Amino acid sequence: MSAEATRAQERPVTAELAKEFGLSAEEYQNALDILGRTPTFTEMGIISVMWSEHCSYKSSKVWLKTLPTTGPQVICGPGENAGVVDIGDGDAVIFKMESHNHPSYIEPYQGAATGVGGILRDVFTMGARPIANMNALRFGSPDHPKTRHLVSGVVAGIGGYGNCVGVPTVGGETNFHPAYNGNILVNAMTVGVAKTDRIFYSAAAGIGNPVVYVGSKTGRDGIHGATMASAEFTEDSEEKRPTVQVGDPFTEKLLIEACLELMETDAIVAIQDMGAAGLTSSSVEMAGKGGLGIELTLDNLPMREEAMTPYEIMLSESQERMLIILKPGREEVAKAIFDKWELDFAVIGHLTDTGNLVIKMYGETWCDMPIAPVSNAAPEYNRPWEPTPKASDVADSVFDGYSEELGDTLTKLFGCPDLASKRWIWEQYDSLVGGDTRFMSGQADAAVVRVPGQTKAVAITTDCTPRYCLADPVEGGRQAVAEAWRNLSAVGALPLAITDNMNFGNPEKPRIMGQFVGAVQGIGEACKALDFPVVSGNVSLYNETNGEAILPTPAIGGVGIMPDAMIAVGIAFKNEGDVILAVGETKGHIGQSIFLREILGREEGAPPPVDLAVERRNGDFVRGLIHEGLVVSSHDAADGGLIVTIAEMALASGIGAYLTGFDGQHVRVLFGEDQGRYVLAVRPDVAATVQEKAKAAGVPVTVLGETRGTSLSGRGGEIVSLKRLREANEGWLPTYMAAEL
Amino acid sequence: MKAAIVVFPGSNRERDAVAALEAVSGTKPHLVWHRDTELPKVDLIVVPGGFSYGDYLRSGAMAAHSPIMREVKARADQGVRVLGVCNGFQIITEAGLLPGALMRNGALKFVCRVQHLRVENTDSPFTKKYAKGQIVRFPVAHGDGNYWTDAETVKRLDGEGQVAFRYVGDEARSDPRGNPNGSVSDIAGIFNAKRTVLGLMPHPEDAVEALHGNTDGKPMFEGLVEALS
Repeated sequence: MSAEATRAQERPVTAELAKEFGLSAEEYQNALDILGRTPTFTEMGIISVMWSEHCSYKSSKVWLKTLPTTGPQVICGPGENAGVVDIGDGDAVIFKMESHNHPSYIEPYQGAATGVGGILRDVFTMGARPIANMNALRFGSPDHPKTRHLVSGVVAGIGGYGNCVGVPTVGGETNFHPAYNGNILVNAMTVGVAKTDRIFYSAAAGIGNPVVYVGSKTGRDGIHGATMASAEFTEDSEEKRPTVQVGDPFTEKLLIEACLELMETDAIVAIQDMGAAGLTSSSVEMAGKGGLGIELTLDNLPMREEAMTPYEIMLSESQERMLIILKPGREEVAKAIFDKWELDFAVIGHLTDTGNLVIKMYGETWCDMPIAPVSNAAPEYNRPWEPTPKASDVADSVFDGYSEELGDTLTKLFGCPDLASKRWIWEQYDSLVGGDTRFMSGQADAAVVRVPGQTKAVAITTDCTPRYCLADPVEGGRQAVAEAWRNLSAVGALPLAITDNMNFGNPEKPRIMGQFVGAVQGIGEACKALDFPVVSGNVSLYNETNGEAILPTPAIGGVGIMPDAMIAVGIAFKNEGDVILAVGETKGHIGQSIFLREILGREEGAPPPVDLAVERRNGDFVRGLIHEGLVVSSHDAADGGLIVTIAEMALASGIGAYLTGFDGQHVRVLFGEDQGRYVLAVRPDVAATVQEKAKAAGVPVTVLGETRGTSLSGRGGEIVSLKRLREANEGWLPTYMAAEL
Repeated sequence: MKAAIVVFPGSNRERDAVAALEAVSGTKPHLVWHRDTELPKVDLIVVPGGFSYGDYLRSGAMAAHSPIMREVKARADQGVRVLGVCNGFQIITEAGLLPGALMRNGALKFVCRVQHLRVENTDSPFTKKYAKGQIVRFPVAHGDGNYWTDAETVKRLDGEGQVAFRYVGDEARSDPRGNPNGSVSDIAGIFNAKRTVLGLMPHPEDAVEALHGNTDGKPMFEGLVEALS
């Protein structure tokens, strides 16, 4: 390969090419103005990915700025590779959730696998050992011809990567809805722990300091992946398969160990993984944050393929690569560590005082442009938006004609895709490696993972109810945050902070932009009221195919802390004769409920409103009870309402419930999805104490019944046996997946 | 009891093994890097779980040819106890310390769950603290745990008391599911002829403290400490 051969592959830089690279006419003109000349082909590629929606957040930034991101617990908020939160004793928890939606639809195994790999790197690049992975998945209708294939590939990809790197996958959520037929969502979250005085950031410093490339070799995979993730899908999206990267979890595992080993030395100035837009975004961001220039000579960069051009190298999204700025003279120390782990290591450049990004190869310069003006000029749009019209409440008349036996209704609900057991999925994930997993989600409202070598534990949850967000994005945004906060409180953890993964359709449509704006508003309100700031996040827009958008899905990853993992309480009933209590007020809000959709066949009404002051009061109360050791089992009342919550607690253990609290109540009370509620089981000898404490705290508590037998029953006898519910609940997904792909 | 844990690139349950051994024996085990050619003088060698070399070839096949495995085999021949768990079972089987082979799970999927096992032979330092026929619960977490050997060898293994653990279902304890991977004769773990080497797919090291939900794995390490101290 030579300079001449490279030039022969380049195309003339024109407005036409810029358009093909995803830039608008105005954006291209802006580039011409900044450089004062026509960009080179390499420069055009670099500018287009830097200004892509995926990398520049151009449609979302103006709104994201309104979110609360600070608090006494926050060490580092959004803007770095991941958020950092203080958990006491000199320890910090570092976490982020990120989407890999577009690639996972095109190539589910590799798309999901590299999603896990990418988020792991975001966390360990800051100095944290990853201790847990979570994921939030949304698939299309089970009837859609691609759904089975996508579920199968995504789950295998997440497992294939996470199991190999040895980080336990401890939970998440999976929903099905026709709105995701053409755009599935794969949101992966990693949580790690580090010492507060050993956290690594990405701002480069020190003119002349060496720029080092480590990890896998660079190939031609993923070129313009960031651009693909910034456009709607059309019929020909299948052709984009070559833009999906291929993951190598074994190399990632070595990279984790090597980076953490290097971090124990004092050789590193700054470090960042090469994620979306690969070497371009890592080099530009590191130099840009440090206000410096960077000069790279690509001839010695480890390459997997022959005859690569500077353009291809700069835009490749090959996985398992990191860029490191070393202190002067530490190259040998660092190289010895990467040699030990048999990973590539190459000094590919140095920092300069020019403020320019300079790319050299084959004896020529292919890019020489100022970093700050190009970064700062990344477009920022205040796109037109329309508020979502408010839906009205659902009238009582919807229940006309409903006369099904309660046991039959429950059996149907437990076998519906959203409530059915996801065992088929989570048994493919190693949830135990590390030996610190107290609960995976499903056993408790949040996963609980002990901090290695200590007694304290972090609790982790992912939450979002997209059907609420569609009906009312503001209320849906509030609810997603409140539910995350509630799930952490329900296991006994003190909620600390969240990461938000905003998945929406095409922001150029005012209706979609309105969903985004509403959700951000709701999230912001809840975060403020609950002292639960946003410390990291990711935005995925253009989740549309042929004009059909997904449900607005602002997935929230919440993290909390507890002083001792053994305090944590799970959802399973433990003893016969425990008193079952409902904490919080039940009005019977049936709009947008699972019952309404699955049993009455209607997706309508307003979602349940969230009273954030009540949310906080009730959650603080439940957490307090758990810390006092008064709670045996605890579960937030969410999808399906109180009766479904109780049945889930029973199924988790095999101990049933004798229910008296619903006698004479309207069916709304059983299945309504009012917020801010928990179901607790307590020993009978403390039930009165708990009720007194509730009265003192002003928290409504009602007795629903007691744990008993192997069925749900009441004064009228058996409602439904746990055996029947279990068959419906455990049967759906394996039966579905066993059918032909 | 002094123990060494062999670490390959891609091992990932060595920390679990360290924690279990340290908790029971009070002594930190040595971690031995795969490129080392010498082992410290120890009473027990553990080959831990993970994905050695990514297991991109047949699981354990690459690690079995690592320099350190020559030394492990030599020590095993001298009677030093060897415990291979999960990927470690695959590695020591590939290295010829145990008969048979481990194939892809019957369902072709990775499986992680708490599994009931029956203790088949207690005449070894690994199993002496259990009762014969006792039902224990260890987690499994593997994609290639489908143990296979021919019918004659199974018969011999049974006859010589070389089957250590078998997968069982247990209605009474809420999980009726048995064999998670299609292993021949429900075999979960086997000894060598002298019962100085044990390979098993399930993870006793992840069932040693209250946090794990059960402590059925602890007697294995207690037995080793008692026998080898």
